[in-house]
Amino acid sequence: MANMSMTKCPMPSQDPAVRSHNFDEVALGYTAEMAVEEAKRCLNCPKKPCHSGCPVGIDIPAFIGKVAEEDFAGAYEVLERSTTLAAVCGRVCPQESQCEGQCVRGAKGEPVAIGRLERFVADWHREHAQEAVVKAAPNGHKVAVVGSGPSGLTCAGDLARLGYAVTVFEALHTPGGVLVYGIPEFRLPKELVRKEIATLEAMGVEFRTNMVIGKVLTVDELMEEEGYECVYLASGAGLPSFMGIPGETLNGVYSANEYLTRVNLMKAYRPDSHTPIAKSHAVAVVGGGNVAMDAARCAKRLGAETVYIVYRRSMDELPARKEEVEHAQEEGILFRLLTNPVEVLGDETGHVKGMKCVQMELGEPDASGRRRPVPVPDSEFVLDVDTMIMSIGTSPNPLIRSTTPGLETNKHGCIVTNGEDGLTSRTGVYAGGDAVTGAATVILAMGAGKQAAAAIHKYIQGK
Amino acid sequence: MYRIVEKTSLNPTVTKMVVEAPLVARKALPGQFVILRAGEDSERIPLTVADYDRAGGTVTVIFQVVGAGTMELNALKEGESLHDFVGPLGRASELDGLKKVCVVGGGVGCAIALPVAKALHEKGTEVHSVVGFRNQDLVILEDEFKACSDKFVLMSDDGSRGRKGLVTAALEELIQSGEQYDEVIAIGPLVMMKFVVAVTKKYNVKTVVSMNPIMIDGTGMCGGCRLTVGGKTKFACVDGPEFDGFEVDFDEAIHRGAMYKDFEGHAREAACHLLNQEVR
Repeated sequence: MANMSMTKCPMPSQDPAVRSHNFDEVALGYTAEMAVEEAKRCLNCPKKPCHSGCPVGIDIPAFIGKVAEEDFAGAYEVLERSTTLAAVCGRVCPQESQCEGQCVRGAKGEPVAIGRLERFVADWHREHAQEAVVKAAPNGHKVAVVGSGPSGLTCAGDLARLGYAVTVFEALHTPGGVLVYGIPEFRLPKELVRKEIATLEAMGVEFRTNMVIGKVLTVDELMEEEGYECVYLASGAGLPSFMGIPGETLNGVYSANEYLTRVNLMKAYRPDSHTPIAKSHAVAVVGGGNVAMDAARCAKRLGAETVYIVYRRSMDELPARKEEVEHAQEEGILFRLLTNPVEVLGDETGHVKGMKCVQMELGEPDASGRRRPVPVPDSEFVLDVDTMIMSIGTSPNPLIRSTTPGLETNKHGCIVTNGEDGLTSRTGVYAGGDAVTGAATVILAMGAGKQAAAAIHKYIQGK
Repeated sequence: MYRIVEKTSLNPTVTKMVVEAPLVARKALPGQFVILRAGEDSERIPLTVADYDRAGGTVTVIFQVVGAGTMELNALKEGESLHDFVGPLGRASELDGLKKVCVVGGGVGCAIALPVAKALHEKGTEVHSVVGFRNQDLVILEDEFKACSDKFVLMSDDGSRGRKGLVTAALEELIQSGEQYDEVIAIGPLVMMKFVVAVTKKYNVKTVVSMNPIMIDGTGMCGGCRLTVGGKTKFACVDGPEFDGFEVDFDEAIHRGAMYKDFEGHAREAACHLLNQEVR
């Protein structure tokens, strides 16, 4: 009997007043009863629109059907066919614009909580799984994956299952990429990432840290000297952009990448960390993406009394995942929408003491189809802040393109591929994730990793 | 893990470490840097390559014990291992086609200036070296500099060794005496590099400086090492660490370098207690 409730079974979460002072996970996860109840909201409709909304093609009605039958192991088997990172995706995917955005139940009321169910099944599996990880019989071919973020991990997992000897090269001292240095502990516990990586290792994937490809070894050396038949480039989004406004070099101005790296990778939130971070009273985060939300919520947890999100368009255009915006609001993050900084003000010691902003209004649609924000004359005002975090995007890291002859990049510096299968202008070299698209989402990066793995398999088998 | 093959104390606060890192040794060039971590939870410390042995597979770093991180690093013994060692990062020095160069080194910066001087010497460039230290106890690498320099001037702030005064005075004298340099390469404290540039600008002698801003990942991701060079934002880790000295905003770099002074002071004190070290 279908559950005809118009709303999702609510997600148990830490109280906002409590969680805004700790780095423990915010959402606590469904119990088995909640999961079964929610799964029964799925109508198992014949067209499966949710399925086409998933970049890695999970058979969503099938896994939800298993949950409704209380066959959680069976549900995991369905997930596993399409993803190795279900515990991650269930937590960080923008479901509202993908699977859940297509759900029939969403036409009237809320869609089925597909993300929460995915997370439940992955967590259940991690806690209950008995069987050892299956290691595929080696097929005698070697593939190198550059970058151990979501795209690299997905590609590595899919290729390892097919019997390839896969080596993942990571520039930092810990594998995981943005899952480790970018997304905070309270949204994605690092223990979970470690377990996903341990699973890949058990499947035979080799991880080599401290390997900056383009510096330690080049793509050509990987192929000619190290014997890798294909290389998958998933090196991520690259360096942070700044606005170029006066005062941006004052002390107390961070890029979101730096702020989050200090907090997440270097654990600056722990009292015993060797890595310093500003002790802020009032923080302005400039930008409206998931990275901006993460930085704002970290700042709050580090003790800032006032934290603003400063975004030049309105709530409707805010690109962050809906749940992150809601969580941020619950935690007391203040949204200054239609607002744009024009100058950072410094005190006599050269530290940030305020941010001069201008009000914006939405004008005619621009090339992206979104209405272009334009400044309102004489609307300047000052936000009293002592820290400013710039989260306005990135530009690609030059290390690989500058050391790989014949690798085509576009005017922004992103690697150019032929689309679907991720093939670059170099034979045997594939690319995907943020290195190709510019900063996007975990799941799109995973989708690209999956497609590239299939294309690499086809290419090597056809040689 | 990266084994410490050799550890030598060059002066009371400066240590030389030869580290087993064959992949880094294979590619390293003067001007480039590595990032290392002493232990599993340590800071990432950027250090410019002081020397390398491609056949032996080792890279030499020379560091001054200034804070908690370098204290922890200095507590490791010969035969022990560093947890992480990644490189070579950054762009190599551009040394081709130079006939006559003055290399100016200050303090521990001399450790980085030396491989540049050596490489130039090997290319047949006429090398003049001007090195400066606070006092005689802090002098390092004197013989090594002499071996690769056609002219060598040692300065000390208090006159306890070599001539009394700053490197800028010696450099200006050389220029005034008619020495025509294709380039001056200055490596040392920010203040020293700033004043070297103040001298060379007067005589319009091209000057390259090696910047060492606060860095976290060092691979082109976090943006922490940004500098203003020629009015534009540059990242020392991928665009540098060497830049045209005439273009660098030194005052900004000096100011940004002091951002965590308080934290570093506390961390240093804690490390002193923990490691039971006395550092001046």
